[in-house]
Amino acid sequence: MPEQQLSFRDAINQAMREEMERDATVFLMGEDVGKSGGIFKCSVGLLDAFGPQRVLDTPIAEAGYIGLSVGAAMTGMRPIAELMFGDFALLTMDQIVNQAAKIRYMSGGQCKVPLTIRLSMGAGRSSAAQHSQSLHAMFAHVPGLKVAIPSCPADAKGLLKTAIRDDNPVLFFEDKMMYTEQGPVPESEYTIPFGQAEIKREGSDLTLIATSSMVGASLKAAELLAAEGISAEVVDPRTLVPLDEETLVASVRKTGFAVVVDEGARRFGVTGELASLVMEQAFDYLDAPVARVGAAEVPVPFSPTLEFPTIPSPEHIAETAKALRG
Amino acid sequence: MAKTKAKPTAPPADRLWLMYRKMVEIRKFEEHVWDVYTRGLMPGLAHLYIGEEAVAVGACTSLRDDDFITSTHRGHGHCLAKGGQLDRMMAEIMGKEAGYCRGKGGSMHIADMSVGILGANGIVGGGFGIATGAALSAKLRQSDQVCVCFFGDGAANQGIMLETINMAVIWNLPAIYVCENNQYGEHTPFSAVTGVKRIADRALGLGLEGVAVDGSDVLAMHEATSKAVARARQGKGPTLIEALTYRFRGHHVGDGGAYRTKEELQWWMDHKDPINLLGKHMLKAKAATQAKLDALQEEVEQQVLAAIEFAKNSPLPPPEQAYEDLYA
Repeated sequence: MPEQQLSFRDAINQAMREEMERDATVFLMGEDVGKSGGIFKCSVGLLDAFGPQRVLDTPIAEAGYIGLSVGAAMTGMRPIAELMFGDFALLTMDQIVNQAAKIRYMSGGQCKVPLTIRLSMGAGRSSAAQHSQSLHAMFAHVPGLKVAIPSCPADAKGLLKTAIRDDNPVLFFEDKMMYTEQGPVPESEYTIPFGQAEIKREGSDLTLIATSSMVGASLKAAELLAAEGISAEVVDPRTLVPLDEETLVASVRKTGFAVVVDEGARRFGVTGELASLVMEQAFDYLDAPVARVGAAEVPVPFSPTLEFPTIPSPEHIAETAKALRG
Repeated sequence: MAKTKAKPTAPPADRLWLMYRKMVEIRKFEEHVWDVYTRGLMPGLAHLYIGEEAVAVGACTSLRDDDFITSTHRGHGHCLAKGGQLDRMMAEIMGKEAGYCRGKGGSMHIADMSVGILGANGIVGGGFGIATGAALSAKLRQSDQVCVCFFGDGAANQGIMLETINMAVIWNLPAIYVCENNQYGEHTPFSAVTGVKRIADRALGLGLEGVAVDGSDVLAMHEATSKAVARARQGKGPTLIEALTYRFRGHHVGDGGAYRTKEELQWWMDHKDPINLLGKHMLKAKAATQAKLDALQEEVEQQVLAAIEFAKNSPLPPPEQAYEDLYA
């Protein structure tokens, strides 16, 4: 299949553009998404292409416009709502958790909520504690929501197109450190189904289960491990809800060791959930307890010398893996 | 230019009868919900609409079937006024499979998307986002549908009201915000927790038209809403209507109402019962006779009793249905 080189942000832009061309009910709303093309430049050109009826610059009123996106989704539209920083999702929790996630169920299946909420995540830009959080686990906790968390431009495009076509509310997490990263993206039309993990690197000695930008960090860790003769497999679930348990578990059954890596806070989060899954379904295959690598249990600090040690690094992941194998 | 004041035209008799019937339906439904609740035939909570019937009926008789409403925890009245059926509502309240939500919503979450009821909502102020979004959708789809957002005086102190109405104003959305000011947010008097005397006054700060209406006068309510609906359909944007009203029962069944005086309650029941007021008006206008009004009351009573029988005889949902209807 012919490929193009695209940045993560341009892959997202292409996905939105193609879906807006394909379906007139798709529209984008958010802060600065129109004229300025989004703070992370994901929607550049969409206002010119589709006009102000379909690319709406909202007031700085996150709860309000996420609320509007829920009502619009219930009544025949297919909104994409952008939350500039995932941290701002905390202002919208009633709309997402009490309304979007539940309205179909509470009404006995009478309506659909085909809503995609795109939100950035992740530390690494000295944005400090209120612009750096990775909160995806909170949403994966709520029945009625789906959670996609791509790790490369090709996955971002294919998963976002699936999210937009999905008839349920989808939280789509974009690590802000990846927006400028380049990668190969198929030139022709494609989507990636939810609930299909991908093995990003094959290996035989241990499994690194990683999400979002931690996939890249884990691939670097796998290089470090390879230099020491350890063959690491890197598996990316790509969506947390629904979750491809089978691929994750099969990998661990093959290697006998597992490290789960995620940028969310370690406690009560994604690493704990996936570690528990592995222990429930691959216990007899494990040669050591499942290890976990996550963000430190502090708010993300500002100064680079403080910030970087709180985020999982390739070295940290490799050290954890080596310690696991004894 | 001299303005000639248009002579107000009397509402047609069939509309008066429709309003009367709908208000009696709500009253009798709610009286029976009280009975059903106290007899232990329903689980959960019941927030009754008795005393406030004119607000829902006046507003919803201004709407078409394909228009939308969002409702509140005190939502039975809105749903009946917008076209909800007595039997399926009663079945839902009793947690039965034949209920509107197949027993998954109950009293606080009744919805009937087929007649534009986008759902009662258990979160105070929970309808603002959905209603304004439905209005945005109507505009984007270039339909001339409108959406009425019912909310209470309690919800008027939630921040989401400012955020959503502001967007309805800047985008000229076909939304009508109907505040039912029943003067108590749960047990706390409205005046003790609200910085303005009338919610309608907030319209000035929000940039839209605000109208204060006697919420026990169904004709006034109908007229105010009809004007707002006409404006909305013409693309002239949203309106805020505040209906001053009073609930004749507690916040929910079982609330004794110790926070308000018996004299106050009695005054409202004696002077501001919306059904009595419309009945008197119809008699005076010779649109009805007492015998016909009484006959309608009896007819509706029988319909509500039939709805209760339907609901009682409907099966409870089997446990495995708890896992249905989550994802589309």
